[in-house]
Parts: sequence; C-alpha cells; structure tokens
Amino acid sequence: MDAIILQILNGLDKGSAYALIALGLTLIFGTLGVVNFAHGALFMIGAFCAVTLSRLLSLSHKVEVPGATDFLGNPQMRDVPYIYDIFGESLGASIIDWAVPLSILFAIPVMILIGVIMERGLIKHFYKRPHADQILVTFGLAIVLQEIIKYYYGANPIPTPAPAAFVGSFDFGALIGFEAGQIIYPYWRLVYFAFAALIIGAVFAFLQFTTFGMVVRAGMADRETVGLLGINIDKRFTIMFGLAAAVAGLAGVMYTPINSPNYHMGMDFLVLSFVVVVVGGMGSLPGAVLAGFLLGILESFASMREVIAIIPGINQVIIYLVAIIILLTRPRGLMGRKGVMED
Amino acid sequence: MSKGNLTRRGVLKTGAVAGAGLALPTYLSAQESGFTNAPTGSTVTLGFNVPQSGPYADEGADELRAYELAVEHLNGEGDGGMLNTFSSKALQGSGILGKKVEYVTGDTQTKSDAARASAKSMIEKDGAVMITGGSSSGVAVAVQALCQEAGVIFMAGLTHSNDTTGKDKRANGFRHFFNSYMSGAALAPVLAANYGTDRKAYHLTADYNWGYTTEEAVKSSTEAMGWETVGTVLTPLTQTDFSSYITPVLQSDADVLVLNHYGGNMVNSLTNAVQFGLRDRVVNGKNFEIVVPLYSRLMAKGAGANVKGIFGSTNWHWSLQDEGSKQFVQSFGTKYGFPPSQAAHTCYVQALLYADAVERAGSFQPCAVVEALEGFEFDGMGNGPTLYRAEDHQCFKDVLVVKGKENPTSEFDLLEIVEVTPVDQVTYAPDHPQFAGGALGSCNNGA
Repeated sequence: MDAIILQILNGLDKGSAYALIALGLTLIFGTLGVVNFAHGALFMIGAFCAVTLSRLLSLSHKVEVPGATDFLGNPQMRDVPYIYDIFGESLGASIIDWAVPLSILFAIPVMILIGVIMERGLIKHFYKRPHADQILVTFGLAIVLQEIIKYYYGANPIPTPAPAAFVGSFDFGALIGFEAGQIIYPYWRLVYFAFAALIIGAVFAFLQFTTFGMVVRAGMADRETVGLLGINIDKRFTIMFGLAAAVAGLAGVMYTPINSPNYHMGMDFLVLSFVVVVVGGMGSLPGAVLAGFLLGILESFASMREVIAIIPGINQVIIYLVAIIILLTRPRGLMGRKGVMED
Repeated sequence: MSKGNLTRRGVLKTGAVAGAGLALPTYLSAQESGFTNAPTGSTVTLGFNVPQSGPYADEGADELRAYELAVEHLNGEGDGGMLNTFSSKALQGSGILGKKVEYVTGDTQTKSDAARASAKSMIEKDGAVMITGGSSSGVAVAVQALCQEAGVIFMAGLTHSNDTTGKDKRANGFRHFFNSYMSGAALAPVLAANYGTDRKAYHLTADYNWGYTTEEAVKSSTEAMGWETVGTVLTPLTQTDFSSYITPVLQSDADVLVLNHYGGNMVNSLTNAVQFGLRDRVVNGKNFEIVVPLYSRLMAKGAGANVKGIFGSTNWHWSLQDEGSKQFVQSFGTKYGFPPSQAAHTCYVQALLYADAVERAGSFQPCAVVEALEGFEFDGMGNGPTLYRAEDHQCFKDVLVVKGKENPTSEFDLLEIVEVTPVDQVTYAPDHPQFAGGALGSCNNGA
C-alpha cells in the first residue's frame, strides 16, 4: 500500500511538469493553431532563468585566503559575492539561498518577452502554412535555442538547489497513520505539485472569469466572428503566446532543484508533452491537465520492480502504449473537441 | 646541316620510358610504406575524435585541450609536460620521427554512427594516421572496429566498459583508461572496510552496454566480499527523473544503493536519491549508503553537494602527487587556468604513448606500432608503473578509489583520494569470464 501511495505521489509530481508544459502547448494550439515544437525549449529557458539569477546574485570578487595555495602553488583565492558587501554576509547568503523562488519574479517578464518576440518575429509568418511547416520551423527554433544556451552555459548539468528550508523529506506516511519513515517525500517535490496546481488554477480562472479570457475563449471557438465584432483578436492571441511561454518558463524555474538543468532538458520533456496533448485531446485545456497527471502516474507505476518483472521493458513504452490504446478507442483523445485538426 | 631523327613516335616512346622510370621510385616507395595514410611530407596528421556537441561536450572540450597540449609538447613547444617524466626517452620534442605533428578534429556527438562518420572523414579526407578520443564505450567500440578495417591505429579515450578490451577488442585498438572490472575490484574492499561485509545492495543500472558490465563487475566483487544483491533494475538511458526508480528502494530492505549511471544519468539519479532522504535512512540497523562506481569530476560538479561522502572510482585525479601528475597539472593548469579532468589525462597520455611507440618502432606502420605497444611497460605518466598488456591491449595500472569531498576549497576540489589500489588487485586473466568472447585478430596495415 505504501508503495502505491509513493508511486501516486511520484506520478502527481511528474504529471505536474507534463501538465504545465502541455497546458502551454494547448493554449498556443487552441488560440493560434500552431503546433509549437519550441515549447520544450521555453521550459528549458525558464530553468536557465533560475540559473542566470542564481549566478547574478552570486557575482563575486576574489579575496586571498591567508596561508593557502591553489593547485598551481599560487595564493588561494576565495569568491566573495558582492551581495555580501551590500547586505552583509547573513542576509546576502539568504538571498542567494532563495535564488530559485526569487527567479519566479525574474522569469515572468523575461519569458513573456521571449514568447512575444518568438511569436511576432517568427511564428506569425507560419499561421497560414501547413502544420508540417510549423513543426519544422519550431523544431529548428528549439535546436537553435538549446545550442545558444549550451554555448553560454556548457553541456554539463548545473546544480541549482532549493532553499535550505526545503531540503530534505516530509514524512507523509506518519500523517496518514503509517509507520514513520515508510512514506517520505521530498519537500520541494510537494512544493512543485502545489505550485503547478496553483498555476493551472490561475490559468483556468483567468480564461474563465476575466473579460480578456472570455474573448480569448470566444476567439478559440470562432476566430472570424470575434474579429468581425471589431475585437483585435490577434493582439490577444499574441498575449496568450506570451502567457503560455511564461507558464512553461515557470515550470522550468521550479523544476531546477529537482534535476540540475542542462541545455537538453526541454527536448526530454517535449515528446512526452506532445503525447500528453494528443491523449488529452488537441485543443482541450482540461484534457491536457488530466492526461498529464494520468500519464505521470502510469509511468511511475510502470517503473516498479514488480511490474517490470511481469512485463519487461514496460517502463520504457508505457506512455506510448497508452497513447495508442486511447487513440484507437477515442480518436480525438480523452477530451478532444470535434473539428480540431480534422480539416 | 645535320638532320635530327626526332620523330613523333620516338618522342612518345622516350617519354613513356622516362615517365615509367620516374614513376618507379614513387611506386616502390608506396609499396614499401604499404599502409593507410603513410605520411609523405614533413608533417604527420593525427585525428582527434571527441564529443564537441551533445551531452558530453564539456568532457570532449577537455579532451581536446589535452590533445592540443600533447601536440605542443610533441613538437617541442611549451614546457614539455609529461615528456619530462615519461620513462621512455624516445621522444625528443621534435615531432614524431622528425615530422611535425598536425591534427584534425571530429565531432563524435556521442553517437556511434556520427563518430564513425567523423573518423572515416578524418582518415579518408584528412589523411589521419591515428584516431584517438571519445567519451563513451559505444563510440569507442564502433570507432575501434572502423580503424581496424581502415588500417589505422585507434587510441581509445574515455571508455570504461569491459567490452572495449573484452569481447569487442581489436588488434589496432588500445585502451589506457581503466574498466568496469577494475572499478569493482578496487571499490569492493574499500566498501567492505567502511560499510562492513553484511550489506544488502540494490542496483540501478543504465540500460546499455556500459551499465551491464559495470553492474556485473560491482555485483560480483561485492558479493565476493559477502554483500547480498537484493535488486537490480535497468533504467532507460533517456530517463531524467529517477523518483519512480528510487521509491522502490525505500520499500526494499536494501541498505546500499549502487548507481551504475554516468553523465547526466548519474547527476540526476544521485540528486534524486539524496532528495528522497536515502542518506538519512537507517535500514537493518545501518546507515543507508550510496555508491557511484565511476566518478568524473565534471559529473561531480553537476551533482553539487550531493556527492559529499559518496565512494566511487576514477582513472586519475589531479591531486595525485607523483612527478608525472604534477608536471601534467602544471602544464595544463598554466595553459588553461584550471586542473585537467581524468578524460584529459587519459587522452594526453594516449597521444604521447602513440608517438613514443612510433619513435621506438621507427615507423608509422600500424603493425609496427602495435608491436611496439604490446607488452610495453612504462612509468611517469601519473598512474605508477603501467603495462600495455599484449593479450588484450588494456593498460594495467593502479586504480583510484575516491569519495566526494566534505569541504571543497574550490569548484575543482570535489573528490578526495581514499585509496590508490595497487595494480595487482585489479589485474585479471585475459580469459576472465567478464571479458569472454571476441578476439584481437591480427593487426591491419590497410592500403
């Protein structure tokens, strides 16, 4: 039982990342009709916003360590962050420690800006082109973006830890009547799940309860009619692209303490996120979220030793197997709408 | 007035005979060299095939730095590096056999097909007489086979799978780097001394060739010490989040987790294992421990503070205090501003060993080089007395057992040497079961 609860927690956690990326993908597809293969790169850029802020906060000057020498026998130098000089060592260290949560504030404007530039500068020229062209250009863009990141940050993963207050694990089992130490779960992963739920809720609330959201939903349903009413729907869709980029970016920022970011992390998520979108139903926001969590949980269960012992290799194919079954039985995905990508 | 008997037919005949006569020495010299890419001018070209893109690009960049340094030293530039400490004195800093060393580079991308294509291009288009480098066993095995067919020497870079000098060994291929068996043999006694002989181990293993041989090596070495293996699970090479593989460890009665992972896999699985509090657990009345059989400083950097106190093994470390290592660290550090990685070390040494073998053989001919390297014993290259064993072209030398440093003084000071395992302890018979199958075959001179 405890194993099952743990794998459900794992699945929810994995599903959070899938759902956040898939949500952004669906927003872009639903509004602009573009299949954006560069979306994984936006997730990766978000993670590197955290790396960048962390590095900016840690900008240092060298101070000689008395009596110590480095590997070449020269005087040993120690890095002292400028922020220590400004705020004192204690407060300065705390600010650096909280670099990842602080990066949320840094990442939102950066990601919206990148999203808008991407949409206005490149993707808008492909609205009327076939989906194959859109996939090619956005996939190419993803590769360019990741090579740029690799050029500046290198190919190795860069450790970006969570604040010290969130390091360690929470004894979830003790809370629900299990023996101590049976079901423990890292604090930061719980934070990630809560954060994902908050972002998903906020996006839905924005679309559901604001006038802007109402217009966007109307535009998704019938773009021409909304345009005929004198509403500049293109401008609103551009803003939605920026919003989707920000959602992917925030998912990336908060993911950095879970796995050290590297330039390739977006590609690792991209294919899975597309499967999530297809399984959830092209253009369906609730479908993307539901499929994200569903596939995350299934992937976790398929990784259990007992399951692999019965069906060897199932951990490697489970997501694609489920995708095939769902598409065979429900060709439009779990919550797909009629007419989307069927013209 | 005399009339010359210069006729058109006569000129053609004379020309043909003279042409044939002039061409004869060239033909004879080609026959005499009789091997692929025999250097003809005043230079010789070496091919450095390293990952310049892909996940191991940083390791590849360090390999390339080492090769550039080696070329400098071979050509008599710089401070000479390990040429000053190398026990063989055949190299004089005047190139190789008097020819200035030049090089071309290829990008393996850490993909076997790309690595073969870049090696092929360097051999066929650039005339490389030797190929060296790489950061993956899959690539090493693929390129080694290609070099065997093409008739050039392959001096492997970072490749740790038993198979490179086991079932996939080739007569034209040589490996200086240590292997999975050696890691297991070196690590097991240290693990037993630190964690006891009554331990239950759980292995997470990368699902590819290197993972299998490392799991087998560590499993058999630790079981021989009394440990029990309670679980082994293969993880996809593309896996990034290992949480669903870590949580079953919590449910098992294992008290040690062995991560047979390298590169990004290692960084992520170790980070995830520490996040799940494995290192704070007490199982079977003992502290839970994690082991990483193959360490690299570049990967340790990626895992950050998570490596502290975790045992593993390496081929070489910059903090070694023998004269060869000190000389290499000095040369590399002065040129580039930071200490070299183990990948840089093995590549630098391989370049020098090849050049030395050519000098001693007096020829670039691959079979002559093979003969010079087989059974070659040397010292002064950072690992103590070393033997290039003739039977499998594997170097036998001391192996380092290291542990993540608790209080690093710099971003390079991440590992500390726990033990220098003597070569006798990691030596095995050429027909050891972990290296069974395959044959060296005979050397190939190519063209």
